[in-house]
Parts: sequence; C-alpha cells; structure tokens
Amino acid sequence: MNAFFALVRKDLILYVADRRALLMHLVLPIVIAAFFGSVFGGSAKNGVIDVALVQQDASEVGRRIGAGLQADPNLHVTVMDRAQAAQAVRKGSQAVAVVLPAGFAEAAGSAMFTPAPKPVIELLYDPSQTAVLAMVKGMLTQQVMSVVSAEMFGGPMGRKLTERSLQQVDAGTIADPALRDMLAAVRTYQAQPQQQTQQISANGGEAAPRGLSMPFTTRDQGLSNAPALQGYNPYAHAFSGMGVQFILFMGMNMGIAMLAARRDGIWNRLLAAPVSLALVVLARAVSATIIAFCLLCIVFAVAVLAFGVTVSSVPGFLGIALCFGALTAGFGLLVAAFGKTPEAARGIAMFATLIMVMLGGAWVPTFVFPAWVQQATMIVPTRWAITGLDAVTWRGLGLPAAMPAMAALLGFAALFMALAIWRFQKAPA
Amino acid sequence: MSVLLSVTNLVKSYGTRRAVDGVSFRVLAGQTVGLLGPNGAGKSTVVAMLCGLLRPDAGEILLDGQPVAAGAAAVKRRIGMVPQDLALYEDLSARDNLRLFGALYGLKGGPLAARIEHVLGLVNLQDRARDKPATFSGGMKRRLNIAAALLHEPDLLILDEPTVGVDPQSRNAIFDTLEALQAQGRALIYTSHYMEEVERLADHIVIIDHGKVLADDTPAALHRRLPARAVLRVDLAEPAAEGVLAALRAHAGVTALAQDNATLDIGLVDNADAVPVLGWLQQNGQRPLHFSTARASLEDIFLNLTGRTLRD
Repeated sequence: MNAFFALVRKDLILYVADRRALLMHLVLPIVIAAFFGSVFGGSAKNGVIDVALVQQDASEVGRRIGAGLQADPNLHVTVMDRAQAAQAVRKGSQAVAVVLPAGFAEAAGSAMFTPAPKPVIELLYDPSQTAVLAMVKGMLTQQVMSVVSAEMFGGPMGRKLTERSLQQVDAGTIADPALRDMLAAVRTYQAQPQQQTQQISANGGEAAPRGLSMPFTTRDQGLSNAPALQGYNPYAHAFSGMGVQFILFMGMNMGIAMLAARRDGIWNRLLAAPVSLALVVLARAVSATIIAFCLLCIVFAVAVLAFGVTVSSVPGFLGIALCFGALTAGFGLLVAAFGKTPEAARGIAMFATLIMVMLGGAWVPTFVFPAWVQQATMIVPTRWAITGLDAVTWRGLGLPAAMPAMAALLGFAALFMALAIWRFQKAPA
Repeated sequence: MSVLLSVTNLVKSYGTRRAVDGVSFRVLAGQTVGLLGPNGAGKSTVVAMLCGLLRPDAGEILLDGQPVAAGAAAVKRRIGMVPQDLALYEDLSARDNLRLFGALYGLKGGPLAARIEHVLGLVNLQDRARDKPATFSGGMKRRLNIAAALLHEPDLLILDEPTVGVDPQSRNAIFDTLEALQAQGRALIYTSHYMEEVERLADHIVIIDHGKVLADDTPAALHRRLPARAVLRVDLAEPAAEGVLAALRAHAGVTALAQDNATLDIGLVDNADAVPVLGWLQQNGQRPLHFSTARASLEDIFLNLTGRTLRD
C-alpha cells in the first residue's frame, strides 16, 4: 500500500504543480459555463426579444398600439425610423422591426366590420430568428386587436367609423342587412356611458376596458422539484456541461501523459520496481478519479456561490461526481492503453471527447435532439453524467434519482478500465 | 566469489527479428561486468529481461539461484535499474523523486529519509535536494537517476548507458560514484558502446553484436587475443622504400605494417618490441622524427572480432 499511496501522491503533486492544466480544467469551464448560462437565459434580459418599432402612424390609436408593445415585458422595444430599423435588423442587433404605417389604426378600424382593404404592417426580421418572428406576430396581433377593438367599441374614431359604415350600408354601397343590424347595435353600445359598462364589469370582478380582449390567461409553471422561487437555472446545465467536457479533457491529457511516460522510459522504470502493472494502473486511476472529483466539486461550488445554482441532494451530487471521476479515469486509461503515440492519440481522443460531450448533452440539452438520437445517446457515458447532474441541481431531485446515472457511470468506468488493463498486459513495455 | 547472476541461452524475438540470440554470461558477487556492443546489438533487450520487464522467449535468468520471471517482486527488490532514458519526474523535487522510488521498494518513514540523504550524498546532490530536476544539468539528472536505483541497496545494479549525453566532468563524477559502489563490493552490470568507459570499470567484459555474445572474458584475456597488443607510430623524415618495409615486416615482434606518406603504423606483439624496432629503422638509414606507442583498445578487439567499429 505504501507504493500505491506514493504513486497516487506523486500524481496529485504533479497535477497541482501544473498551472496550465489547472487553468484549462478549472478556470475555462467556469468562464464558458458562465457565458453559456448567460446566453441561454441567465441574465436579467431572460427571454426578452429585441424589437425595433417604426411608428409612422401618429394617430392616438396608433400611438396606443406602440405604447402597448413597449409595455409588453417580453419585448424590448426601441423606436427608430425605417432606415435605421432595417439596418439594425440586417446587423442583427434587432431581431424584428415592426413598421406601423401612417393611417394604420383608421384603416384597421374600417376593415374590422366592412370589406374595406386591410392595412399592412411590415415586419422586417433577421432570417436566423424565424421563431422570434412568430412570437412577435402573436404579441402584435394581441396588441392591435385589443387597442383597435377598444377604439371601435368606445372611442371617438370608432363612433365616426361606425357612422360612416352605416351610411355606406344605407346608401346601398354595402348590401348586407345583418351587417346593418350589427352596426346599429354597436352604435347603441358606443352611446352607453363608459361608467355603466364598467359597473357591469365590476359585478363580475375586475373592471375591463371596452373592446376585445384575450378570453383567457395562462399560469406558467416550470415543472421541477427545485424550490419554487428558484425555478430553472440555466447556469446549472451550463456548469454540468462545461464541467464534464473539461474534466474529460483532463482524463484525455492523463492518458496522453501515460503514453509519453511509456515512450520516455519512466513507465519501465516504475515497472522495474517490485510493483505489479495492475497496481501502477490502479494508482493512476485513483489519482485521476480524485482530481476529476475535486475539479467538479470546485466548479459547482463556484456555480452555487456565484450563479445561484442549487444542489438539491448533496449525497447525490457527490455520488455523481465520484462516479464521473471514475469514468474520466477509465477514459484516460483507455487512451493510454490503445494510443500508439502521444501525438496520434491526441487527435483521436480529442475527437472522441467532443463527440461524447456533444451527444451527451453537454452543449445543448438532449431533448432538442430527434427522438432516435435521444435513444441512441443512452450508450454515451457523458449523457448519464449530465442527466445525473441535472437531476440533483435544477430538477431538484434526490439521491434515488441520481442512482441510475451513478450505476451507469460506474459500469462504463469498469468497462473502460478492464479494457485498458487487458491491453496493457498484452503489450506491457 | 559466488555466482550472483546467471544468464543462460537467452532468446528474445520481435516478430521475425531475433533481438537476442542465445546470450549467456555470469556475474559474480562484487564483480563489474561490462556489456559492450554497438547501438542495436541487443544490450537494452538483455537489460529489460534482467530487470523483469520482458519475458524471454527461451533461456533462463537466475539471481542467487532464483528465477527472474517477469514481475517477480522478491527478485526485483534485489536489483537496481538505471535506465538509458532519464526516469525522473521533472516537476517533482529531487527529494520527492527519491521518496517515490524508495516507496516503490517498500521503504518508508525514517529509514527512507536516511537512505535519501545517503544516496544524495553519494551522488553529491545534497544541496539540490529541494530543486526540481527540470533545473538540473544533464549530468546532475544522470546522477539523480543513479541515486534512485541505489535507495533500496540492491545486490546488483544494472546501468544501461548511464552516461549518454553527459559532459566529461559529469561523466567523471558518475564514475567516481560507480567506483565508490565497486569499493563497497556491489555487483554492477554496465552497458555501453563507449569502450573506454567499460575498460575503466569492468572486471569482465561481454561483447554482444546482433544479439549474440562474441566474447566473454576479462579485459586482459581479451587483449591477449589480439595479434597486435600495441601499435608503434613513427613519423619519418622521408617515406620508407618498399625494400625497407618488406624487411621490417619480417622483423621479430612486428605483426602488421602500414605506411601513410611518411608515417608508419607498426603492429607489435608487445610494447617492449618498440625499442628494437626503432633501433632497426635507424640502422637501416631511416630518420625517425617523432614516435608514439599505444596499447590496443577494446575498439581494436571489437574490430578484430566483427570487422567493423563499435560506432558503425
């Protein structure tokens, strides 16, 4: 055991003394995870869409539509002229530009009850943000319907347009008796004092303005066991992904260092001592596991302290970190055992690492993958690491939820180590 | 002296290439055996088998009568290995390197600390114990490499080309260390392709080429095998005539003769033949301006055995 501990101690001292490795495996994942967490909704502007508004309709109703858009908490509206808006969308600083043309409100009101030509709202959008375009369209529809219909049922412009439409029907320009009845009813409604309609509304609850409004509201509830006020923290997934990725890089570097040691003769020098090959390999696996475990714990300590990530089960997290550490060690040994030269192994190992972290959901969550890919990635060990870490962080689950992932990680680690030892024994020197 | 190591008919092949082909030799307790051969002769393969790193295809290695099977811990504990490549961790201090290698041989605590201080003193690196080998010269690293092999006080120290890339001053320091070990009665196997190193250290020399033992004897006995054990070089005022050269070839004690311009290289049975040969040259009208004699070297022995030089 003395030799075993000496070998482990040696690896730990060498790792801590390597400042470049510490920077690579500790600082980089924190910096990149902070960036990704921020990009995917971690900042104060979480989910807010940048929209340019070209306010060409100077009417009272037109201004109310613009004000409604600006008041929407899901939009960050900047008013500018059309040329500026087009330039901003082209450059990508605005996702969508809404051009509200002159006379829009009046034309929209006319078109509401009669076959008058419908006015056109021009939407300029960034081709890379088509999903955002659909969202802005929805919010714009809600605003226009709400403001224009309120005006049509109670505002001066609405009364004027109703009178004009009735005159057109009476003059025979529009031959539709049912439309005449409806316009007459609207005129009667418009003539009622505003207070009376508010009184009626008050009986049913909250006072509402005249006009059409959304006949429902939604109650949005993110389903996780995380504390209700905390909810989903995008930093949690970002730290899991980047932590896993850079710790795997550490495992890869460990394997390459072992290959270099075999080439340089120090491996043979160790084996010339009265220690077995299995002991030397096992000591390397244990030191790599300890390093990986500590790295993941430090990375998440920063995530908790600086980015508000919560760990719902400390034993679950520690279990996942330890099992992932063993997996990292197994991966490193595999690189050392099957690599021919450090130079050749580096390229292949880097490719394998990147594929594993990509398919494992370290960059983007696996739910965005097609169903068959999601099934296929069950054989990717990193998938289990990410799933396990998600479970004990933002999903707010306990130790039992982490146990399948721990078992899978340990299984992969055992497989990798067994393959590596078999290979080492086949070609020991 | 008792036999410490016995190597019999060792064979090792890599694919179709036979790297070691029936090598046999012995090392007596306290003896220094030089394993001499050009690069690629099979020396390092023999060393790897002696240290239990490679399993021979055939043959037997016995240390004090115990077989050195690959991985046998008890036998490995009695052998110290100084590999050709520097087997040191550059970012561990010299003391931490020694602590690691000592622990691999089961040393710990006070005895380990005492051994570390002892071997650091032996290789004259006490004042650099806290420094990392990355800051050492090539010679200092080589000495630390040797120190790491001495921690567990092995019965047999195997040194595989321990002076590669070392300046003359450091080489002398290494030899001082090795001679101190010889004085302690420790057995050494010293592999090299530098004949002067082996000649300086070895009591017994095994010459290997193409995986086979060409000669296995004491340095004196190997010299006796040479037709010319000394060379007399004479610079003449004028080149000698053919007739003079023919007469000189027939002179007693002369085994070989070559002339390059006015310089004669005369092979002699013994150094003592130089004086009568010089006298004969003067008596026969030749005017020697300068002369020197040299003892035949291991290089000459290898040349005589293989027809090529050690560095070919």
